[in-house]
Amino acid sequence: MHSQKNQGILHSIFVHGLLVVVGLTFFLPFFWLISTSLKNDTQLFHFPPIWIPWPLKWSNYPKALAYIPFFTYVKNTLVISFLNVLGTVISCSLVAYSFARIPWKGRNFFFIVLLSTMMIPYQVTLIPVLIIFKHLGWVGSIKPLVVPAFFGSAFFIFLLRQFFMSIPMELSDAARIDGCSEFGIYWRVMLPLSRPAMATVMLFTFIGAWNDFLGPLIYLSDESQYTLSLGLQQFLSQHGAEWSLLMAASTVMILPIIILFFFTQRTFIQGIALTGIKG
Amino acid sequence: MTSTDKRNLRNGLLFASPWLVGFCCFTIYPIIMSIYYSFCRFDAITKPHWAGMENYHNLLFNDPLFWKSLWTTFYMVIFGLPTALIFALFLAILLNQKVKGLALYRTIFYLPSITPVVASSILWMWLLNPQIGLINYVLRPILNGINTLTHLSLAVPGWLADPHWSKPALVLMGLWGVGNTVIIFLASLQEVPEELYEAALIDGAGATRKLWHITLPLISPVIFFNLIMGIIGYFQYFTQVWVMTRGGPEDSTAFYALYMFNNAFLFFKMGYASAMAWILFAITLVCTLIVFKTSSKWVYYSGETK
Repeated sequence: MHSQKNQGILHSIFVHGLLVVVGLTFFLPFFWLISTSLKNDTQLFHFPPIWIPWPLKWSNYPKALAYIPFFTYVKNTLVISFLNVLGTVISCSLVAYSFARIPWKGRNFFFIVLLSTMMIPYQVTLIPVLIIFKHLGWVGSIKPLVVPAFFGSAFFIFLLRQFFMSIPMELSDAARIDGCSEFGIYWRVMLPLSRPAMATVMLFTFIGAWNDFLGPLIYLSDESQYTLSLGLQQFLSQHGAEWSLLMAASTVMILPIIILFFFTQRTFIQGIALTGIKG
Repeated sequence: MTSTDKRNLRNGLLFASPWLVGFCCFTIYPIIMSIYYSFCRFDAITKPHWAGMENYHNLLFNDPLFWKSLWTTFYMVIFGLPTALIFALFLAILLNQKVKGLALYRTIFYLPSITPVVASSILWMWLLNPQIGLINYVLRPILNGINTLTHLSLAVPGWLADPHWSKPALVLMGLWGVGNTVIIFLASLQEVPEELYEAALIDGAGATRKLWHITLPLISPVIFFNLIMGIIGYFQYFTQVWVMTRGGPEDSTAFYALYMFNNAFLFFKMGYASAMAWILFAITLVCTLIVFKTSSKWVYYSGETK
């Protein structure tokens, strides 16, 4: 019995030791990012590398933000992300409600169609969709990056449908007997009960839009409309050797996402687990 | 059809209408047009010109870069994907040992996955810098040690600057981004019933046998899911290489999605790029079918459907 206990302690030390090493390794790039962003040129190319530069060169931040119209980029990215969240939440919840709670003829067929669209790589529709937007005169505006969100995304419809299915049907029936319309049931019964799932969809949509690169790269041409991703990439191609400034700009772009993550961890973790297991 | 049926049909279609409209405009119509474009010469400015099989013929028989981009993508599927999955599973198993500070570790492993790809790519260009990058700084003394012991002359890799090391560099960077997979694996590990391990312990099974005979079979559906998502993901691998290498050096990182983008938006060969998209679709379909067909041999679904 005694040796088994010792073995347990050894095992625990081994596991924790490994985790600390791997955890530090994972964190190291972030540390290096911030450390680099506060260095001057001598510290930057110093050998051996300087872990914590002294004095801290805070002026890299205002300098990096002055190189690019940073606050314009933040505003543009926020507008696009917000409209994407709005569109996705409205459209996906309505469609998911239809697939989960209304027994209409042809529902199963269309649900299979919906699932199979997830198998189509985005490259297949990329060019024709671009041509459509071109004919509409939307290329060079944020409309192509925003409008599609209002028509639903297969993945989030699927996710919300799974969640709606788990809510007891009796609640809908009771509301219906009380004279509630179908939209009333959706609005007053389903949505209030689905806050966790809706929060997951909102978070993932927001992060997806905030981090998106290909969409803005294809559709935006005027610098005043650039998003952060696009702006940062342009910064790289113009000032590729100024590593401290690049790291400062990157830090500023990553920071809001990290802060958002810390406040919404539970929703995040549950959301990913949900998508992975149900998928 | 009763009046309830009619009402349900009307309401159902009404609620589903955003997707139904979007499906017609952004999926069905584009698919039809994409098939058409793939048989055309089309520069997106003048009208498409019917060209028959020309695009497909040129891709398959006259375009070495097409084959190279295909190989580059498969390299990641064959080497990058299993490495990442095994590493993610390893981390998930570590986290599943009832460790203290689970939330902290989970956060640390997950943060790279939500870091904007443009930002993390720039960061990794700096880390992978052959002369002054952090990675080679750590590697250099290790290699020197090996060199003195074995009389070899190993040099630090040139990573993104060296066509032989550019793909391994991307595999390495991919390992940093496995957090998403770790969390999916961890959630599935937590669903494995404790009784099974207890029973195995009584039967005298060691750690390896428990892993092989209990853990892996029970989480195999999730491995399967991640495998398919991974294959699809590498065929859409774009932003990292666009930011870091633009496909170089010597086209060693010209991934399929990047080469297709270049054809469409740099050379304005929209028809050619559309043909590439359909070949890509066929390839992903075949890969997924292979994984599906073989899955009955290695994926174990516990009896929820029975």
